[in-house]
Amino acid sequence: MTATDPALRAVGTTCPYCGVGCGVLATPDGKGGAAISGDTEHPANLGRLCSKGSALGETVALESRLLHPMIRCKGALERVAWSDALDHVAHRLQHNVARDGADSVAFYLSGQLLTEDYYVANKLMKGFIGTANVDTNSRLCMASTVAGHRRAFGADTVPGCYEDLEQADLLVLVGSNAAWCHPVLYQRMLANKQKRGARMVVIDPRRTDSASEAELFLGLKPGTDTALFSGLLVHLADNGALDKSYIDLHTSGFDEALARARQIAGSAAATALATGLPEADVASFFQMFRTTERVVTLYSQGVNQSAQGTDKVNAILNCHLATGRIGKVGASPFSLTGQPNAMGGREVGGLANQLAAHMGFTPPDIDRVRRFWKAPRIATHEGLKAVQMFEAIARGEIKALWVMGTNPAVSLPDADIVREALKKLELFIVSENVRHNDTVDAGVQVLLPALAWGEKSGTVTNSERRISRQRSFLPAPGEARPDWWIMCEVAKRLGFGAAFDFKSAAEIFREHAALSAFENNGSRDFDIGGLQEIADDGYDALKPVLWPLPEGGAPQERFFADGRFYANDRKARFVAPEVPALKTETSAGRPLRLNTGRIRDQWHTMTRSGLSPRLGSHLPEPFVEIQPDDANRFGIVDDSFARITTDYGQCILKVVVSERQQRGMLFTPIHWSEANTSGGRVGALVAPFTDPYSGQPESKSTPASIAPYEYVFRGFLLSRTELDLPDSIWWARVAVTGGYGYLFADNGDVARWSSWLRANVRQDLVEYSDFGGGVYRAASFCGQRIETCLFVGPAHDAGDWDVVKQSFAADTLSDEARAMLLSGRSSEGAASSGPIVCACFGVGRGTICDTIAAGARTAAEIGAKLKAGTNCGSCIPEMKRLIAQAETSPPPQQAAVG
Amino acid sequence: MSEPLVIVGNGMAAARLVDELVKSSLGRYAIAVIGEEPRLAYNRVLLSSVLAGETGSHDIELKPASWWRERGVTLKYGSRVTEIDVGRRELKIESDESIEFSKLVLATGSSALRLNVPGADLAGVHTFRDTRDVDLLLTLAAQKKRVVVVGGGLLGLEAAYGLAKAGATVTLVHLMDRLMERQLDAPAAHLLKSLVERKGINILLNASTARILGESKVESIELVDGRRIDADAVIFAAGIRPNVALANEAGIKVNRGVVVDDVLQTSAAGIFALGECAEHRGICYGLVEPAYEQGRVLARHLAGREAAYRGSVVATNLKVSGVSVFSAGDFMGAEGSESIVLSDVKRGAYKKLVIADGRLTGAVLIGEVTDALWYLELIRCREPVARIRKDMMFGRALALAAKAA
Repeated sequence: MTATDPALRAVGTTCPYCGVGCGVLATPDGKGGAAISGDTEHPANLGRLCSKGSALGETVALESRLLHPMIRCKGALERVAWSDALDHVAHRLQHNVARDGADSVAFYLSGQLLTEDYYVANKLMKGFIGTANVDTNSRLCMASTVAGHRRAFGADTVPGCYEDLEQADLLVLVGSNAAWCHPVLYQRMLANKQKRGARMVVIDPRRTDSASEAELFLGLKPGTDTALFSGLLVHLADNGALDKSYIDLHTSGFDEALARARQIAGSAAATALATGLPEADVASFFQMFRTTERVVTLYSQGVNQSAQGTDKVNAILNCHLATGRIGKVGASPFSLTGQPNAMGGREVGGLANQLAAHMGFTPPDIDRVRRFWKAPRIATHEGLKAVQMFEAIARGEIKALWVMGTNPAVSLPDADIVREALKKLELFIVSENVRHNDTVDAGVQVLLPALAWGEKSGTVTNSERRISRQRSFLPAPGEARPDWWIMCEVAKRLGFGAAFDFKSAAEIFREHAALSAFENNGSRDFDIGGLQEIADDGYDALKPVLWPLPEGGAPQERFFADGRFYANDRKARFVAPEVPALKTETSAGRPLRLNTGRIRDQWHTMTRSGLSPRLGSHLPEPFVEIQPDDANRFGIVDDSFARITTDYGQCILKVVVSERQQRGMLFTPIHWSEANTSGGRVGALVAPFTDPYSGQPESKSTPASIAPYEYVFRGFLLSRTELDLPDSIWWARVAVTGGYGYLFADNGDVARWSSWLRANVRQDLVEYSDFGGGVYRAASFCGQRIETCLFVGPAHDAGDWDVVKQSFAADTLSDEARAMLLSGRSSEGAASSGPIVCACFGVGRGTICDTIAAGARTAAEIGAKLKAGTNCGSCIPEMKRLIAQAETSPPPQQAAVG
Repeated sequence: MSEPLVIVGNGMAAARLVDELVKSSLGRYAIAVIGEEPRLAYNRVLLSSVLAGETGSHDIELKPASWWRERGVTLKYGSRVTEIDVGRRELKIESDESIEFSKLVLATGSSALRLNVPGADLAGVHTFRDTRDVDLLLTLAAQKKRVVVVGGGLLGLEAAYGLAKAGATVTLVHLMDRLMERQLDAPAAHLLKSLVERKGINILLNASTARILGESKVESIELVDGRRIDADAVIFAAGIRPNVALANEAGIKVNRGVVVDDVLQTSAAGIFALGECAEHRGICYGLVEPAYEQGRVLARHLAGREAAYRGSVVATNLKVSGVSVFSAGDFMGAEGSESIVLSDVKRGAYKKLVIADGRLTGAVLIGEVTDALWYLELIRCREPVARIRKDMMFGRALALAAKAA
């Protein structure tokens, strides 16, 4: 019998991607990797994982990692000892604060930090350095929800929990492509549809995959959500659907809100006019909402990322408050957060307009926190929110910035300006996992190696207020350290040792819990006093738990059914929203609106998810989606390239012509950056206008123009190592099994690729050239293994990269396969399985189409044969589309990639 | 009474002509074949295999004696024709009586060129042309002699390979900057050179022979650039010359070869020529395949049928020094043509296809010749190749499957 290495046992942790907060079991393989499975005991996912979570094991290698501190010295980053790096940081921060005041310093944090890291950052900055210039990438994510919650509830409280998704009879998704962005929750909603017959309404300018299961899809005009929910409020009021006693007893401001709603959309007809929707659809939605007691309205970035995002949130909350459908089983508004620990950051107060632990900048709160922290220089007013923070950097008012675990040079709006601003900093510190990203490459002066997922240990909070442990299952690599440790070391050097003498994450968590309970007595929603005495081993073993969890109390699943809110008067507030209007207008020169968002298999700026070959194969290139009539109008052809121009920047993207796109709107994914593409850094296109309450930017409707961009040649390159491609070409890099894949397009002379390749690879080269036909292909070998493989050809016919990827993935290639490699056809003559549709099981489109052709007529039948769609299920809508296509037309042609 | 038809020469062209003739006009002619070599017609292409010890000397005979006998062919080998009397339609044969002909076919082939350099007449200077040469070379090799082969064409490479394989130390010197320049482009020749060198043969390019040194027999060879290579023997394999003396003396029109028209008839009525001695439309072919095509045409013509020879698309398709080599058509790629090239040096493979006006016009293949005949067919039939262009390099099976799809 073999003894099991105890170090290789499964460790329960949580996924580092979206805000669903799925439980993950990671079993290290002892070689630096780990096998990943869903934790059947975690209440968020009950064992399910989405494609991204399932592929986590492909993302823990160390190739791209930053493993020791570095300081820029005479232009180049040089490795230094931790003590030198920390001394340098402390010395320079001290210098800046002394010379220009605390407000000349800022932290920019991340929703991917652990709560304990967040807590230390917030405490150090707001309590000891003395400024509230602490903001986070959550500002781009759910700041409008935070502001909306606080306006309506007097606190940033999520009233419901995930169970409500399974207990509702009507699920309304607003500005949420949960099928792609919160796949596990979407599957829970579908289960409800199947088991209980719940209905689903999807409200989105884009017909996303989430709409594929909806009874009603409302493809409204961008920015008109408030009109729709104003119309709904009017409809509820005019049809006797109000919970009058709840309104009377527990709320204020209803009359003003209703009056404003009437002004905005006084009838179904007016609503239809304002939103661009068919009146019948509007009426149908109103009727569904009115007659269904158990309704959950789920909303995400489509609501939040708006210059009127807070009003949109309140327009939704108004309808739930008016019907008393809040905090009841199966009836609640529900914000879906985008990041694994955005909620933890909110709890800590790691945002510029919060102080700490759901306390704000009121004198009593400031006083309370100062006493608790024994803080010498507590911040007394709000700091600068993300967009304003980087504007202040550009103006030279903020001179020192510490970025932790996020990539603002990619993700912030008007990202070119952001990148330029970073270069102006006197002191630019980044705590990171990766050696390179656009932010690091924008002139970082001090680079500090932080622990990554799988190494760090602490807690995160998911969308339903559930605190879960993220546990380490891999050793700390190189000299990487926990973020909290790094900050505590700097704090000690700044003379704050007593307040930052933390020995462990557990110790920090206890203090965080104690602060939440400090002089609380039910006055604040966030209270986890029940955990303030938790012992180290209890913390290690902590099961996922909902807050609030006051000392001596039990966890509470829902809020507000009892009508007790957190404003001073304990009442909820109806908010009269502004008349909906986008911040920008289209014009002859910018006739379209650019929407941005996520794709199914990537995460943020791809520094982690981009390492997975499986995830890279679904949509390997940055693209723009355009509606067919618009495509005709602007001369844009599917699978070609187009240049998108806004007042802020330009991108060149692959074109996807799609009926799912609304006329007048473009859509591009947010994930690509300069680190992995030449022309797809979409953040540079986005307008920086923000919501007046939340500071969240309007990232989804920037006026834009589009023009065809012709490339004569296209191609792909597969390489075991990263390579610098020739200048002036368009390219995108993606992880492939065994190395890196580059898809590119080029207008240069095809013959130059031969000399480029020879300059970049070792000998043992196989070459195929048909320069007259515009074709050059080559591969270099090391023994029987491909080292590099390059295909260049005419744009319409550059070769099938899926076939070649299979050969590249192999460790050895037979002589026959080598002879056929550059044909771009598999040696068996069989077609490749095509682009991956099911990322969980690696099932390609070709294979699925074959199965459909063989008679499969439902996703379940395909799943039974191929397993596709039987794990996370997020590919099921795409499979259904393929079935529908097969029923109406011959099977789709295999598209050549490249 | 059958018409007497005499063929001078007992090589591959003659054998093929007889084969065709007896099929197409059995009984019409009384055929006599007169050959100088003292043996039955053999496959000259395989001489190098004999030299390399891969084939026995007698295994290369084209037809057994019985075959000739059964077809009533009068076979006189080891006999030299000394004169053609066109007027009297008679041939004089050395040490023998004259014979009459009604129709005469010259299939006298060609001889190896001997360079006109000092020392070319020394003992130990040989050529590589027939079985007698092979026997001599085998003796040299058996004695582990140092041999210099002059000429990096097909013949020279064959000789060098055979000698090396048989045990000689071989240096090959070639006047041009690449081997087989009549069949190969530079990359193909370069690859061939490296493959031949792997077999232990030393190759010197741009090497012009100045003279051969030695007292009574070969001791070394000196190049124009001064380099000197010690040698026990020198083999001239630097080209061939059509054997035209007989025709010339008979007053038949001769240019480089014996000039023939599209039915292979010379300037003298009823006298024909084919194979390496013939010159058709200005071209003397040095390969067996045109000779065979000419044989087919001539047999039809002699059978009284409509036939015309319009020239051959020349293809080389054989093993050179153990390496498969194919070359056909415009292998260099003339002005206005486009080339598709696949090269894999490690696998010893180089393939080049030349396309002009949407048609395949030439090809060179080294190492991988599976599809050689398909390419040759495409070159000859001049079928447009646009639809298979992107796949044709990777073989007929793949290209035709892709075209059908």
